[in-house]
Amino acid sequence: MMATRAGSVRGRTDTDGPVQVTCEVLARRREGAYWLLSIAAPTIAERARPGQFVNIAVEAPGTLLRRPFSIARVSKRGMAAGTVEVVFDAHGPGTAWLTSVDVHDVVDVVGPLGTPFPIPQRKVSCLLIGGGYGVAPLFFLADELTRKGLRVDMIVGAASQDRILNAIEAKRLTASVTFTTDDGSYGVHGRVTDAFDEVVDRCGSGVVYACGPNPMLRAVSERCRERSIPVQVAVEEHMACGIGVCFTCTLPLRQKDGSVRMKRACLDGPVFNGGRIAWEETRFEVGPPIVVDDDEEELPEPPRPTDADVWGDA
Amino acid sequence: MSEVRRIERTDAQAPRGAEGPPQPAVDLTTDLAGVALDNPILTASGCFAAGAEMDRFYDVTELGAIVVKSVTPEPREGLPTPRMAETPSGMLNAIGLQNPGIDAWLEHDLPWLQRKGAKVVASIAGKSVEDFREVARKLRRHAGIVAIEVNLSCPNVDHRGLVFACSARDSSEVITAVRRESDVPILAKLTSDVTDIVAIARAVVDAGADGLTLINTVLGMTIDPETGRPGLYNTYGGLSGPAIRPIAVRNVHQVHQALPEVPILGCGGARTVGDVVQFLRAGASAVSVGTATFVDPFIGPTLIAELTRWLADRDIDRVADLIGTVEPWS
Repeated sequence: MMATRAGSVRGRTDTDGPVQVTCEVLARRREGAYWLLSIAAPTIAERARPGQFVNIAVEAPGTLLRRPFSIARVSKRGMAAGTVEVVFDAHGPGTAWLTSVDVHDVVDVVGPLGTPFPIPQRKVSCLLIGGGYGVAPLFFLADELTRKGLRVDMIVGAASQDRILNAIEAKRLTASVTFTTDDGSYGVHGRVTDAFDEVVDRCGSGVVYACGPNPMLRAVSERCRERSIPVQVAVEEHMACGIGVCFTCTLPLRQKDGSVRMKRACLDGPVFNGGRIAWEETRFEVGPPIVVDDDEEELPEPPRPTDADVWGDA
Repeated sequence: MSEVRRIERTDAQAPRGAEGPPQPAVDLTTDLAGVALDNPILTASGCFAAGAEMDRFYDVTELGAIVVKSVTPEPREGLPTPRMAETPSGMLNAIGLQNPGIDAWLEHDLPWLQRKGAKVVASIAGKSVEDFREVARKLRRHAGIVAIEVNLSCPNVDHRGLVFACSARDSSEVITAVRRESDVPILAKLTSDVTDIVAIARAVVDAGADGLTLINTVLGMTIDPETGRPGLYNTYGGLSGPAIRPIAVRNVHQVHQALPEVPILGCGGARTVGDVVQFLRAGASAVSVGTATFVDPFIGPTLIAELTRWLADRDIDRVADLIGTVEPWS
């Protein structure tokens, strides 16, 4: 299965849809507690938008299926034009195998796949919330939002300081970053939701984007619902195909008529309106209980843009 | 750096479709239960969705025919996740027949396939004989549908949830009902999880099946050693992929030996041109490719091109000449 020659591209020319490419590995290195893989895939780089993912063939013994990775960054211009970067954690045989590929090796990649983060149609302050290596696609998104002239703030959460992905990059790309760690080794001691209200109030956040473990996405979505803030989340689901045909990566989405439909994370997502996911019908547990300070008098909420305001009639 | 630039130049060429270099003249046509196909490479039900999803990659009418995901009378949302567990050289799945239901399928999915000019094998499923009858009736007189594949690996609610395909009587009842309603050839898709596949095959053919699809997934289970939880929400699921290919080839061969006149669509773990040839030699008239699509979206056109070359390299003019050609050891 190992593609021996880089540079083959299969797919349609007349769309921005996915292609299958064989591409050279340009870099494979540690990125803090995680790994970064940089590949030469110009067609994917050209077509990719923040939130989309690539599906990489792995050759670990006993594995069969490709592994999906959010796109952390693409270079469309300049010296490094045509490169695509992904960040991952080596937590299974497939990702462990990927830590062993060398520069100049050739990997087989399908992408870009899935839906991108929708970009606000009006001027609004954007809050990006990432957990663990889920921060990776938010860098790509921050770049795009900033280029559109929008304010970007970030909350970056991790279990501990060493599991915060690229703090320098987070600072470089944003107006402000708030770090949280579960063990208190860096930034706010707690979860991303513990910093949520303070950041939203300070930054006047009008929309939220989140990527990370599903329980975190659930907690963030519920927090956004309480504050009536539109929220888009990029979910992580086990996938067999990544291309919309196997129906294994589904999650329940509430429709406008109130019914709940199982939607494919690889085709209808991975980016979903967090307010539409029927979290209570999923197996994702909520994080620690939200502490409400009863003493404080409730301030009237400033007017917030609605989903329709920000994304159009999505 | 020069190496990198060279690659970028190659990569910057316009992406090409699945056509590749010119192919030698080999006759790939095959006849499956009276359905004339341009080539013997089909999709496996449940591994190609409704067809349109894959057309993002290539023109799906290049395939011999498209076997769509099973359709039931009512829309079904399917099972909760996890629906998939990877296993050595295979995977388990328990999707729960998620599908839009026959009415929505006829309204949205079939018209797309008709506009494309695809040959469609409609896979139907149900939990009672009446379910199958209803779907088969609604599939009558629709252009583009060249055959019906009856997914008998569904629990029969009228018989303690026993899978239809495990019982010759239950399977026959379904096939009899579908045969009465249908105006196209019907293929009975059987499971290998039975004591005597030939007995079931004989029963469904007697009941009116024009051909057989062999085989469906093989029932399996995984358990997380740490948590003790099954890998699938449904506990049990269907094993697919290269892991089951030898089982599938054996079933095709066994049935072909017993019932040589009955057309067979081979299915189960085919991934390479060698696999396809194995199925053909065992007695299949065509081959469904399933799980391999998950790994390689272009597997269908790749196999068509490679089969052409494989035959040409061996001076075999017609793929049909390979069907049922197993050479005995003695």
